Amino acid sequence: MADPMRIRAQVAGDKATVRVLMSHEMETGQRKDSSGKAIPAWFIQEVTVAHNGAPVMTAQWGPSVSKNPFMQCAIKGAKAGDKVTVSWTDNKGDKRTDEATVS
Amino acid sequence: MKHPITLTALAALALTGATAAWAQKTASDGIAEYRELLADGNPAELFEVKGEELWKKARGPKNASLEKCDLGKGPGVVKGAWAELPRYFADTGRVQDLESRLLTCMETLQGFKAAEIAKLDFGKGEMANVTALSTWISGQSKGFGFNLPQNHALERKMYALGEKAFFYRGGPMDFSCASCHGEEGKRIRLQDLPVLYKNPGDGLGMAAWPAYRVSNGQMWGMQQRLSDCYRLQRFPNPDFASDVTIALQTYMGVNQKGAKIITPALKR
Amino acid sequence: MQTRREMLAHSATVVGLLGAAGMLPAAAQAAWNEAAFSAKTLADVVKAMGGGAPAESKDVTVTGPDIAENGAVVPVGASSSAAGVKRLMLLVEKNPNALAASFDLTDKVEANVTTRVKMGQSSNVYAVAMMGDGKVMYAVKEIKVTLGGCGG
Repeated sequence: MADPMRIRAQVAGDKATVRVLMSHEMETGQRKDSSGKAIPAWFIQEVTVAHNGAPVMTAQWGPSVSKNPFMQCAIKGAKAGDKVTVSWTDNKGDKRTDEATVS
Repeated sequence: MKHPITLTALAALALTGATAAWAQKTASDGIAEYRELLADGNPAELFEVKGEELWKKARGPKNASLEKCDLGKGPGVVKGAWAELPRYFADTGRVQDLESRLLTCMETLQGFKAAEIAKLDFGKGEMANVTALSTWISGQSKGFGFNLPQNHALERKMYALGEKAFFYRGGPMDFSCASCHGEEGKRIRLQDLPVLYKNPGDGLGMAAWPAYRVSNGQMWGMQQRLSDCYRLQRFPNPDFASDVTIALQTYMGVNQKGAKIITPALKR
Repeated sequence: MQTRREMLAHSATVVGLLGAAGMLPAAAQAAWNEAAFSAKTLADVVKAMGGGAPAESKDVTVTGPDIAENGAVVPVGASSSAAGVKRLMLLVEKNPNALAASFDLTDKVEANVTTRVKMGQSSNVYAVAMMGDGKVMYAVKEIKVTLGGCGG
């Protein structure tokens, strides 16, 4: 399985701010290696954020998102102790899911 | 129509020497804003997590963790260790920096072959693990001030060698470290160059490496930073953890006594 | 130890099996919108996403630095004060393909997302909000990308 994500979810008033760092090359497919061959595109295509098991946001990404992507969003009504789950799938079918507790 | 308040305001502006330029953001203000926007969520954290995992995991032919590794403050003491490296180690009889000390521990505790790892390219195999470990270990000194010991004769000798190396001009461009890092107010394009024969201040110079470099998405430890400096000077790359690299870190680390460490940092 | 190739193949097989068994969440089975991610202009991206003609609006905000030290990592955000935003998108006009990221929102998240994008050159960056009724609003900001120095 791919390297783990770093998820921080903190209560801020009536919501929780979720910050995620993902470990991924996000290769655009436009770069060439030293022999001149294009390095194949390899990037996260879909990201899902769930709150206590219920999906609250789904994102579609292209290869323009930076390597080792960072994402921030805010879940309404989330409280300390709630679970935030982030999942991603890339264009090769590789996946990763990690969970964090809202603090 | 003249208004006394307006006149006063104009006078105040004149007194402060403000010109039309104050209203425009300078390029360095813009860069500062860019860096601030990136400060939260440094991809280096991904390497910190990996490094901590590697420290605690039983690995290698001896199937042991690194938790008994002595980084200079006693076996297993990681907090503040980076702030005191390089230093003399009695068990190896020499002055070592963090990355060479990690190789020592990976060999003696875990059974890896240090010489083989040293030959690997940065970012590959066990060398990538050494970088991840350095990232985490240096992060455990975040907020500490550099406090390298200079009690042992060899530590002082390394300082002297580092000073010599810092000012040594060579290579096809006749560059030394001082060519770029030896004068106040210098920069390369938009990167300010800290003066490294003295203390450039908190969070600068050695206080800012290991760092995640956004331009290539790579995590760099001090060994890679120094190796690349030599490449920029068009010198041959030094061997991993060679004496000159340890000497330079000793020189800079001692010069930066008290400077606050911000690692792992975020760099262009 | 498994090679990365073996691990990926295994993951793909597992996903395939899960998909066949109908066990993947519906979101995972929705196709990635290739047309949108291949579009070159704001209008084409919005069309591929099924939206109406985009109109600039003060109800949408695009955030980001004025100048990026390096085009590989540029922090940008999209937000909207309007109620009922279904989708927020971030576009980099001068990139080979304009659409960088698209976020489908439920009413459980704020219409406020931030990420980091690659910019090939100085360019306009768009934050686009799509409403439930197909209405599309946007805000635009120019972000200059500079070439930094040798590695500090």
